[in-house]
Amino acid sequence: MDNLTLEQYYEGYLRMLRIRKFEMRAEENHSKGEIPGALHTSLGQEAEVVGACMALEDDDYMVGNHRSHGHPIGKNADMKPLMAELYARKTGICGGKGGSMHLSDFSIGSLGETSIVGSGLPVAVGAALGSNMLNEGKVTLCFFGDGASNEGAFHEALNLAAIWNLPVVFLCENNGWAVSMPASKAVSVENIADRAVAYSMRSELVTDGQDFESVYMATKRAVDAARAGEGPTLVEVKTYRFAEHAVNMGRMLVDRGEELEGWLKRDPVEILRTKIAEMVGNETRLEEIEDQVEKEIEDALEFAKQSDYPDVADAFDDVYSERVSDFYGLS
Amino acid sequence: MPRISFIESIRQAQYEELARDPKVFLMGEDLVANVFGTTTGLIEEFGTDRIRDTPLSENGFVGAAAGASMVGARPIVDLTITSFVYVAMDQVCSIIAKSKYIYGGQVKLPLVLRMCMFYGNSNAAQHSDRNYPMFMGMPGLKIIIPSTPYDMKGLLKTAIRDDDPVMSFEDGTLWSQKGEVPEGDDHLIPMGVADIKREGTDATVVAVAGGVPLALKAAEELSKEGFSIEVVDPRTLVPLDRDTIINSVSKTGRVVVVDPAHQSCSAASEISAIIAEEAFESLKAPILRVTTPDTHLPFFPNGEKALLPSKDRIVSALKRLLN
Ligand SMILES: Cc1ncc(C[n+]2csc(CCOP(=O)(O)OP(=O)(O)O)c2C)c(N)n1
Repeated sequence: MDNLTLEQYYEGYLRMLRIRKFEMRAEENHSKGEIPGALHTSLGQEAEVVGACMALEDDDYMVGNHRSHGHPIGKNADMKPLMAELYARKTGICGGKGGSMHLSDFSIGSLGETSIVGSGLPVAVGAALGSNMLNEGKVTLCFFGDGASNEGAFHEALNLAAIWNLPVVFLCENNGWAVSMPASKAVSVENIADRAVAYSMRSELVTDGQDFESVYMATKRAVDAARAGEGPTLVEVKTYRFAEHAVNMGRMLVDRGEELEGWLKRDPVEILRTKIAEMVGNETRLEEIEDQVEKEIEDALEFAKQSDYPDVADAFDDVYSERVSDFYGLS
Repeated sequence: MPRISFIESIRQAQYEELARDPKVFLMGEDLVANVFGTTTGLIEEFGTDRIRDTPLSENGFVGAAAGASMVGARPIVDLTITSFVYVAMDQVCSIIAKSKYIYGGQVKLPLVLRMCMFYGNSNAAQHSDRNYPMFMGMPGLKIIIPSTPYDMKGLLKTAIRDDDPVMSFEDGTLWSQKGEVPEGDDHLIPMGVADIKREGTDATVVAVAGGVPLALKAAEELSKEGFSIEVVDPRTLVPLDRDTIINSVSKTGRVVVVDPAHQSCSAASEISAIIAEEAFESLKAPILRVTTPDTHLPFFPNGEKALLPSKDRIVSALKRLLN
């Protein structure tokens, strides 16, 4: 497989920086009380998210989970409706009905960011099955955490994908923790990728998930195999979440002390920035990208804040194709 | 019109819709072996890709139906027996019922979950559930619950064409029942339209599923004593045709609601509450429910029979109101 081009490095940096700045501003404004509910950020996981998404074609499918902000940004979604969704506005990507755990933009191939842990895996299998039956030739990428790999849905989904030889890439974002439960205590194997053996499935283990290129290469091999009709792959990426499980979940649940300190020194955004600067010998374009992203985030925030909240009556839309109130003949 | 069985009406609906729309496919356990007789001739015609046998993975393949429907396919899932849906509850309640809503209408999930209510034949409590009321409390799911071959075929065809997820509760006690059913594409019954199975003026029986033929027998028996009983079959519980129920009760002033489910939070309870709220002034007597008491159905046949709604229990409930 070819190495990444310089343009791809820049694109990766652009998308990773978008996630970084989106999350930082969201956290900041959440703490000011501007954003309701809890906030699950992807800080620290930018390389893993963007590396995986960039291995896809634009019209490939993607299924995600409660840590949902990074996934659509990684797949190049417009950030305005994403930010507006955090702000619970009518112009939000889900019209204000989903919030932080559900930033799913179907226009970029997303098929849901679902907050019941493990529930996205069977959906991804179905998308791949549907795509095969309709001869679309699309690959489905399914993000899930180390915690989700212990759910029964993981087993059923991997087995189904294997027996039906479906074009799915199961991408385990192993950030070491499921809320307060360390993967080391909850997962019976050292590497979740080893679980692929139980399904006679190909696997990829990315030990350095803070390195954009490593994630991209492993995922790309899996995507290429899927598109070539060679079936599913389980990819495990070792990464780390820099923030709490979620902001606004009450008190800090775990003190990760030195472990966190160690990982903070391996910041994926900084690592890629340094790599590019060394490759090209200057930071001119990196600085331009930084300015561009700053502006995009400001625009997204302005868009969100200037948008209206939904009407109470909007709570009755999108339950069925018909509005619920019409459905029952209520006024 | 040909006379066919309830089971055959299911088979025909599936056959016709599979033939009409290449996006429709069927999946579930032991379909190719045709255990219940609803896939006779389908494999030969449509092949094992579209009549797809699954492993024992209800949560997996119900979720896969959701994913396939999101990308444009129209799956019918045969869950065989109602209790097996519990294994797939996460996908039914968190993905299928809520995806359209939580993503602000960006997606639709045109799929049908079919399952048989396998009660009344000594299959013991784990295989005998009439569990549709649980799903009436879960917005986002439509529920069909037909009582005749005619309604079964027409409603299943409508369900397959509907853009929302539909659960089809098929009453096993009706499987061998026969009735006249049209052949061909045009036989579609809209959801949310009740059917008055028998007209009457003295009392209304609102009955669902296997309760309907029992109610009709009760009405027949009471007609010999000079009473005129109306029997209303809602046919779909979500959406529910409140108007037809309320109009009937407003006319007769007396109502018994028959429902094979357990009494607490049954469809009968919901229908009774609607009547109490909307037609209280017309009532000449209390609303009565004939349901299954809140215990499990036992294996021993005399016990199971005694607990389920019967013609005699409906007759005695009606007599309480009429005297
Ligand atoms: C079925 C289910 N159980 C519990 C929860 C509560 N919960 C939300 S996220 C989470 C941890 C998930 O861990 P992991 O899958 O590793 O993803 P991460 O949050 O680390 O990205 C838990 C327990 C839930 N949302 N769904």
